[in-house]
Order: sequence, then C-alpha cells, then structure tokens
Amino acid sequence: MTAPEAAGDAGAAAEAAGDTGAAGTARTAGNAGDTEATRTAGDAGAAAEAAGETGAARTAGNAGETEATRTARNAEAPRTAAEVAGDTGAAGDARNAGNAEAPEATRTAGNGNGIAERRLHPVTPLRRAWAPVAVVIGWAVHDPDGAQRHLTRLDTTTLLIGLAVILPAAALYGFCSWWFTHFAVTETELRIRTGLVFRRTAHIRLERLQAVDVTQPLLARVAGVAKLKLDVIGTDKKDELAFLGADEARALRAELLARAAGFAPETAHEVGEAPSRQMLRVPPGVLAMSLVLSGATWGSLAAALVVPPVLWLATESLWTVLAVALPLLGAAGASSVGRFVAEYDWTVAESPDGLRLDHGLLDRAHETVPPGRVQTVRIVEPLLWRRRGWVRVELDVAGSSNSVLVPVAPREIAEVVVARVLPGVTVPEQAALSPSPRRARWCVPVWWRGYGLAVTDAVFAARSGLLRRSLALVPHAKVQSVRMTQGPWERARGLADVCVDTGANKTVRARLRDAAEARELLQAQAERSRTGRRDARPDRWMA
Amino acid sequence: MRRLLLVVWLGLISLAAGLVPGLLAGPAWAAFALPPLALMAWGWVMLERNWRSWRYAERADDLLISRGVLWHEETVVPYGRMQLVEVASGPVERHFGLASVQLHTAAAATDATIPGLDPAEAERLRDRLTELGEARSAGL
Repeated sequence: MTAPEAAGDAGAAAEAAGDTGAAGTARTAGNAGDTEATRTAGDAGAAAEAAGETGAARTAGNAGETEATRTARNAEAPRTAAEVAGDTGAAGDARNAGNAEAPEATRTAGNGNGIAERRLHPVTPLRRAWAPVAVVIGWAVHDPDGAQRHLTRLDTTTLLIGLAVILPAAALYGFCSWWFTHFAVTETELRIRTGLVFRRTAHIRLERLQAVDVTQPLLARVAGVAKLKLDVIGTDKKDELAFLGADEARALRAELLARAAGFAPETAHEVGEAPSRQMLRVPPGVLAMSLVLSGATWGSLAAALVVPPVLWLATESLWTVLAVALPLLGAAGASSVGRFVAEYDWTVAESPDGLRLDHGLLDRAHETVPPGRVQTVRIVEPLLWRRRGWVRVELDVAGSSNSVLVPVAPREIAEVVVARVLPGVTVPEQAALSPSPRRARWCVPVWWRGYGLAVTDAVFAARSGLLRRSLALVPHAKVQSVRMTQGPWERARGLADVCVDTGANKTVRARLRDAAEARELLQAQAERSRTGRRDARPDRWMA
Repeated sequence: MRRLLLVVWLGLISLAAGLVPGLLAGPAWAAFALPPLALMAWGWVMLERNWRSWRYAERADDLLISRGVLWHEETVVPYGRMQLVEVASGPVERHFGLASVQLHTAAAATDATIPGLDPAEAERLRDRLTELGEARSAGL
C-alpha cells in the first residue's frame, strides 16, 4: 500500500496550501503512487511539485474532491485532527499534538462546531459474534476425528478458564469497537469516526452522495435494526453504518437525502421521508415465471446435473466430483432460488428524492436512486420473454453496486420507469435503430444482425445480441470520452466500432458501423457530450 | 520529438530470446535465433510504423489522440471531462530524455496516454490541458 502512505506525506505538505491544493495533491500523489513509484518517491520535492498543480485540483473538480475525502480518511489520525481543528480555527499546530492527544483534539473541535456526534445501535457488537462460532464449527466439520480427540482432552477446568478469558475479551472488543464509532451529520458532510488502534475518519460530502440504501439482513430484521449503506463515486468500498435502529436508519436516510437535495439545514429534519408513489410491483408469479423462462437458470442447472456424473465416469474420484459439483450447484441455486429470494416483491416507487426500490424475501433492502445519477441503462430482452413482451432493466450508477432497476416487467411500464431515471429520455423504437451494413457478416457471422444504433437528442443507444437482446442507453451528458477502434479485419471491410465511456467504468460499444459513419459519429458524439452537460440538472436538485 | 523507445525494448527482448537456446544447447540449436531475429527486423519496421501512427491534436474543445496501424484507435476527450493530467517518466524514458502525459477522466476505460514526449513539451501540454479543463469544467 504505497498510495495511502504517499498520500499521507503529500497531504501533510499540502496542508498549508489550502483546501483545493490539498485535493489536488492527495489525488495526484495517490495516483502516482498507484502507477509509478519513481515519481512520488515519497520525498518532499514530489509533493511540492504536486502542490504546485493547484490547477489540476480545479480540473479534478468534483471527483478529485471525493477522492480527497477518501484519501483523507486513509491518512493517520493526527493529520485529520489537525484538519478538523484547523476548520474551527482552534490550534493551527494540532498536527504536532501527537498520537495520544489526537482523539481529544477531534472531539473538542467537533463540539466547538456544535455538531452532535451519535453512536450506533447498542446491538452492533453482536454482529460479529457468529464469526468465531462459525470458524469452530467449520473446523469440527472439516476434521471430525481431530475435533473428537480435542473435545475429550478438554476437561471442565480448561473449558471454564477458556470461557473466562475469551468471553470478556470478545465483549471488551465488541464494546470498544462500538464505543469508538461515531458519526455526525453536518451541513455539508457526513462524518464517520471509527477505530481504536487504527483510527479512520471519513468525511463524505453530501452532494457527492450517489445513493443511500437501507438493508436489513434476516437476523437484523429480527432484532429490529438496519444497515445504512452510502455510495460515493471513486470509492471501491461502500461506507456503511451498521447497525442503527430501523426507524433511526430511515430517518437518517431521509435527512441525508434531503440535505443532499439542497433543503435548508433547519428544515432538513422536518422534511422527513419524502412521499412516494408506487409505480410498479412485480408479482411473485411473474417473477418465478420469468426465471423459468430465462436461459441462465436452465444453463446453470443443466451444468450442475450433467458435469458431475461425467466427471465421475472419467475420474471415479469422489473429491474431484464434489469439488466441481458444489460450486456448480451453488451457482445454479444462486441463479434461480437466490434471484427469486433477492428479487421477491420488487417494488419501484417514485419520490422527489429519487426512485425507491424495495425488495427481498428474507433480507429486505430499500434502495434509493437519486435522479440524474444514472450513467447507463440497459434494457435486456431474453428470447423466451419476447412473446410475453417482458424486459429486464439494469442500470449503472457510479460508485454503486446495485444494478437491477426492474427484474421483470412489461415493456411499456419499464419504459415509463426508464423515463423517470433518465429525465427527458424516450427509449428508441426497435425500428428506429439502424442496423450494421450487410458486409458486417464477414466480421461477425450470424450475430451481426443483432447490432443496432440510434442516436437521439438525449441518448446514445446501442443494441447487441441476437437471442438475448440488450439495448444500452447512455445520456449524452454522462459520456466521458469517445473512442473509435478498428481492427485489421474490420478495416478490410470498411467497418469500425464506436465506444462510449461513462463514469461508472462501463463502456458501451456500437459495433461494426460503416467507417465513414463511425468517424462522423466520433466527432458528433464528442460535441454532444460536451454540450449535453449544459442543460443537465444541478448536483443539488432541489436547491 | 518521439524516440524509438519501444523498438529498443523489443530489440533487447528478442535478441535475448534468440541467444539463449543457441548458447545452452550447442551451435546447431542457434538456428533458433533466426526466427526471433527475423521477428526483430519485422518488429523494427512495424514499431517504426506504430511510432509514426501516434498523434494528438489539441482542438478547440477536445483533445484527439489517434494511434495504431493495424488496430487503429481514435480517442476524443472533451476538455471539460478531464479530471487529472499526469506527466510520468520512467527510468528508461528518463535516460532517453522522454516523458509521457496521461489523462484521466471519471471513466477508467478512457486510456488517453501520449507517450514519448519531450519533457518540456509534456509540461507545456499538461499546463495547457489543465488550463483548458479549468475553463470548461463540468461535473460527472
């Protein structure tokens, strides 16, 4: 991990350079650390040079800032303390305060700001209690004889001593991890402070928040608590607050979304949960039917049923067969039963702070997709669904892992939902898509018929797939860069591919276009992506 | 402005690959050195072509990078979408007095690198792109 270290050094150097400078330095240093060690070299020269690039920080703009928040939280506690203290104008030299005083410094600074810090729900320490138990059981199952031997050797005294040591230790650990986790909502940020030995402070800027999800695993449902997950661009890992009381989690989500939407801080508490209007609910029967009719279910099931007997005939080794069969069965279960359980009672509702998705049979999840944060939408149409006119809608949100918008729905309803997540977009008709030229059959024999492209005022829409048709929609405002690629075989036929890159690390390809058309498209798309941003919504969509 | 940095690399590798079988398994096996040498000669020509094919243009509103002969690729990055501009220079590049400029947007798939630039030119380009990006900055 050179990046966080380098970022720490650079951050220290950049503190004097002010906020923008810090953002630029942290990001630049972080990146250089990732790619090329020589450049950063951890010395002051590199940091100073990076600090000189304040312009870069401005270019880095929004993502840079988010990135900086992430880096800042990776850095060590004293630095963070110094930053917070610097905010309130307390001690400019808090950085020298040393490790022991750092937490105090942060606390006083926080109180000075008038920010109420809160703790998680007291049931939280129990959430990891099952892990050691599971390890012991797993070991016992793995090695039954050894477990038996060890059990007989244990007498009551050792057992009691063991329990007397382990239980308080576990309780102490659980209590400490709960005691030292705080969070606070300020006007512009959500601050999470955690860790006893390795302290970590995350400052999440609210207008950069991509989505807030409330999930309730089965046990948490029993205990009446919920987990709050926060999606921010540029972070690999989701920040989560686990666990909060179910009502508290809902209220906090409403408050975060209201603040992110730009409501005044005083009214943000009272706004409460925005009213929602149900748009779509998937009946369990339709969901089950759609799974029965999709190829993935049958494919994985067939693999799970066919491969193990074949292997048995070939090797006659029980362990090989088991090693192959178990993952296959797992995959089959995940693609049929698992999907059914996860997508059970899928409800899409519309509310001012975005689309609400509620789903799950055992684990309930409540997700919110804020408007204008969707980068790509894919409308997927498997072969057997076509007669019924069903489609599945998937989406990409930067920094978020949830990808399903509608598991199954009639096309017209799905298009209405898509129009809500991509404001001002109508899904192009099948007939409006222009197919690849006929000579494309020399490049991709049968499947060339599946490729199609339509560019409207609002979206770039590319279709692919013959049996499982998939139409990808990218709003022009979300296009980060445009590429045209051409291999030797395509060049001989006068064809080229056009790729559009979006912020969710997804690339949408329009394959096998006529070369001249592709070139024109490249220019036109770059122009559209540049101008498309102008009439896009602001980050704080209600301010 | 750009040097045959890539040619040097491939030349060394193919030379080593050609000599090792010859030295280890007697002179008769040294014939194995011929295909890599032929490959090297061919690669020399091809890399020369590839090197020539790299070009970039600073246009009014976007940066155009075009590269490749057989696998041709053209990338257009609007200035407003640039998140970060980076100048990097590895040990070999430094030895030949070169540097490369890399652009990052919010999309990781955007692979906009301009290798083998003169360091002064690389820095000029970086400052220029940063300035343009600042003027046309847009969100995500």
